[in-house]
This record gives sequence, structure tokens and C-alpha cells, in this order.
Amino acid sequence: MSTATLTPAPAKASSPPPAKPKRRRGWVFHAVMAPLTLLWVAPMVFVVVLAFRSFDDIAANGTAAWPVSFGLEGFREALGRGTMGRALWTSVQVTVPAVILSLLLASWAAYALARFHIPGRRAILLTMLAGNLLPPQILLIPVSRVMESLGIYDTLFALVTIHVGFGLGFYTFVLHGFMRSIPEELTEAARIDGAGPVQIYARIIMPLCRPSLAALGALATTWIFNDLIWAITVLRTEAKLPVTAALLNLQGGYVSNWNVVAAASVIAAVPTAIVFFTFQRHFVSGLLMGSNK
Amino acid sequence: MTSVTAPPRRRRAGLRAVPKVVWLFLLIPALVEVGMVFWPAVNSFYLSLTEWNGLGAAQPVGLDNFKNLFADEIFRGALWNNVIWAVGFGGLSVLGGLALAVALNRPRRGVGLYRSAIYLPMVFSLAVTGLFWRVQYQPDGTINTLLGAIGLESVERQWLADPDTALYAVLIAAVWRQVGYVMVLYLAGLKSTDPTLDDAAAVDGAGAWQRFRFVTWPQLRGVNTVVFAVTVIDSLRTFDIVWAMTQGGPYHSSELLSTYMFQQGFTFLNLGYASAIAVVIFVLALIFIITYLVRATKEEIA
Repeated sequence: MSTATLTPAPAKASSPPPAKPKRRRGWVFHAVMAPLTLLWVAPMVFVVVLAFRSFDDIAANGTAAWPVSFGLEGFREALGRGTMGRALWTSVQVTVPAVILSLLLASWAAYALARFHIPGRRAILLTMLAGNLLPPQILLIPVSRVMESLGIYDTLFALVTIHVGFGLGFYTFVLHGFMRSIPEELTEAARIDGAGPVQIYARIIMPLCRPSLAALGALATTWIFNDLIWAITVLRTEAKLPVTAALLNLQGGYVSNWNVVAAASVIAAVPTAIVFFTFQRHFVSGLLMGSNK
Repeated sequence: MTSVTAPPRRRRAGLRAVPKVVWLFLLIPALVEVGMVFWPAVNSFYLSLTEWNGLGAAQPVGLDNFKNLFADEIFRGALWNNVIWAVGFGGLSVLGGLALAVALNRPRRGVGLYRSAIYLPMVFSLAVTGLFWRVQYQPDGTINTLLGAIGLESVERQWLADPDTALYAVLIAAVWRQVGYVMVLYLAGLKSTDPTLDDAAAVDGAGAWQRFRFVTWPQLRGVNTVVFAVTVIDSLRTFDIVWAMTQGGPYHSSELLSTYMFQQGFTFLNLGYASAIAVVIFVLALIFIITYLVRATKEEIA
């Protein structure tokens, strides 16, 4: 749920490090960083190990004991009776259309604002961005009412809609910045050749935006997949809850089955971790986007 | 970038006429955002002046909700907790993130691995983070076991069930996730600083701390503004991790404005009162939203 940011884009490439070897201080660096990093990943490692331990082992020796027996019962229980399997599928059904629709609509708005002389376009752009910065709390109650009056309360469609609506401002702002950096000559040439605005959008602008679309896509995927508050605001039926919300329900039902709770949180964490490792570079540049580069 | 009022001729030709289909391109997303964001936001302001349980019509009650809020001890506690949260969460994640960014700035062996490990938690949802840490905090969990192992049994406690520690226990988990994010921002900021200045200062005999304080730090002003605004906005929004770990308890000791608002609105159906809390959150966030927007405008022009 992190607020997205706008930071100066990194300079082209930092100049090569000065060629003075710092061997002497190298080991100090690693002596500090290696334990610190281990400490940092320790909670994750611990939860993963816990997820694979058997219930009897945990019951007999406690969660923090050295593991003695491993098994998949935690995962089996979490995916089956714990409903995490179903919830994963729900999350996919929400995340995929929400990401695609967000980026599609945002690219339309960004194209209109970046390439045409729309009166007050800067004000429109900043207003849209401001919408994304609002604390969701100010929207929760009215949004659930709006969904009710549209007759889509408690449907996945409602969840997709609110994700798209709430994220649009930021995506538009970022894409706008990127589209402005595309040389005017390119679109001008196409226009002279007789291309209409829709063709220019589809044939020139969108293909050139691919890197920023990828970065935003990676970012949006984790945001939407990780969401909790919108899901519990517009959904009521337990069977429809996506992963994050289902995880919290499961925790209530398996109070002392730590292997099941751990397995369920690993299940909820794995998809975003995969997105992260696959798109690591995009992901980081996504976090830094919004600049005029 | 050229200003909109006096564009060069070539640009004007490209920008002047706005075809109908382009208006559609703008209007559809704008309407979605108005319907899902701005219209609800305006409604919250109206609802904050009413008493409503969701059935029938909302009864206008003027400013009563706000008067009641400031007499409400749970609300004041939540407000104070939010201050602690903003300072603690912001302060610790900025200090940690900045220190790590400085340490991991120059390329050398292992840096990539360290960086990835530190910003990995950022991709987990706050709810997952909450559960990861709940496991550590529980009575026979790692934290108590480690404390016991180094002879600090007296410090052991039920971290999340103890009103004295619940808020801080949740805060640590939230910082763990946020540090990597702040580090990424500062790494980008450091990349855009001028390395020759640093080298020049080193040649002149400035120590590492002096170089950071007087050469690097002033160049990070832009990033600082962003990090500051983002951290405060994030801390006012914080909901998921508290909801996952304590739900604001025990005895409201880890209650934040957002969790209290959610309880009032969705558990007790005091929709007017909950809207009033939401308005307070909005007002507190407003100044930081503006800071962020001003910064965004500057980048637009740059």
C-alpha cells in the first residue's frame, strides 16, 4: 500500500568508481553487512521453515525450536480447507483485469493530456494525481454505498472497478511524463502521412511506452494483489475474498496451527515475490518513476 | 519544457485541434476517477455532518460528530498513537534506509545481493508482513526464545498482547518492510549527486562524515522532501498491518485513526462518526499531499 513516489531519475550511469582499491576496508563492510542482511531475511526464512514443519513437531517443541520433522500438511491444509487455493484464483481474477484496465485507461488519459492542447491540462493532471494520494479512509464508506447503488456490491467486478479508479491518477501521471519525452517529430511525421490520433496512439505512442508500461505493470500487480482494505470494504461473502483478506480469516480459524498460518502467508507472499524477481529491474525503476525522463 | 502559453509554432500545430476521439480518451478515465474517488470523497464530507447507520436517511447533526470526537478518549489515543507512528515509522525507516543507501551506494562485490535482500520485504503485502511478525512475537516465538538464550528472560513478554508494547511491536514490523523502499529512493538520489564533489572534498581531507554532512546531504534535498511527504502520507494511511497483527488492541493500545475509523464504520455502522474520523485523517494528510503535488509540478516543468 505504499504511496508511489516521484524522484529524480537516476543519472545516466554513475561515473566508474575511482580506481583506488579499498581492500583494507572491504572486510569491515562485509563484516557489518553480511550479519545485518542475515538478520533482515531471518524472519522470512523462519516462516518458510515453520510452514514446512509438522503440527506435532511444533506442538511438542514450540515454534522457535530446531525443526525435527518436515511435511507438507501445512500447505495442504491452507490450500484446501483454509481456502487459500480458491483465494489465489480470486486474486488472479481481480489483479489481471484491474492491472490491464488501469494501464489502458491511464494511457488514454495520458495520451490526451500529453499530446493535445486540452485546456487546463496541467490542472487536470494534478487533480488526477491528487485523487491517488487521498487517504482511502475518506472513500471507504461512500465507495461501499456507490457499489451498492450500482448493484455490484460484493462482486469481484466492484473490486476491479475501485482498484482501477483509485490507481488511475498515478498511472496517468507517470505515463504522461513518459509520453511527453517522446519526440514530437515522430508523431508529427505520422500525422503528415495521414495517421489519425487513434493510429498514432496505437502504432507509435504505445509501443514506445513499453518500458514504462512494464514498470507500472509490475508495480500495479503487487499493489492490487497485496490490497486488503478495498477487498474488505466492497466484499462481504467469505468465499469471494482474495488472498490477503482470506489470509486474515484463516489466521482466526487456525489460532494455534502455526504451520498452517505460516504456510498460508508463504502462499500469499510467493506470487509477489515471483513478480519481484522476474521484473526486479522494472520494479525498482517503477518505484522511481514519475520523473520527466 | 516549453510553457503552454507560448509554444513554438510547430508544437502548436500538433496540439491545437483536439479531435473528438481524444476527448473520449480523456473523459472515460476521468469519469471513472470522479465516480470512484472524487464523488465518494465529497460524500464523506457530507456524511461527517450526519448521523447514519446505513438504513433510511442520514440525519444532519452539524458538527456534533467532531465535538464528540475530541471528547472521545479512544479517538485521542488513536490520534496520539498516529503521532508516535508517524515519528517512529518515519524516523526509523528514513534513518535505516538512508544509512543502508549510503553503505550500499558504491558498486562492489556483494552489493547487489545485500540490496535485494533488504528490499525484498517491500513486495510482501502489509498483511503478510504482519503475519510473518506475529509468528516471531508469539509467546514461544523467536524473539522470546532469543531473549531467553542470552539471559534476558525478564524482558520476555507477550509482545502483541501487552498494551505497553503492542504498538511498537507492530511498528517494528512495518519499519522492516519500509526500510528497503526508502533505501531505493535514497539510492536513486545518491546516483544523481555529483561524485566529483565528493572526490574533491576527499582530496581536501574531509572525513567520511563531513563529506556526507556537507557535500552529499545538501544534494539530497529533493529526495528528502519526497521521502518525508510519502512517509507521512503512508503513516496516516496505515491500516493493514495493524489490522493483521492486533486489530488496534489490546484495549485500543495500538489503535490508529484508520483502524478506529474502520471499526466505527464497518463494525458498529456509525457511518457519520466514522466519516468524521476520515475527514480528520484527510485534513492531516492534506498538507503533505500538497507538498508532494508541488514537487510533482516542479518535475513536470523541469
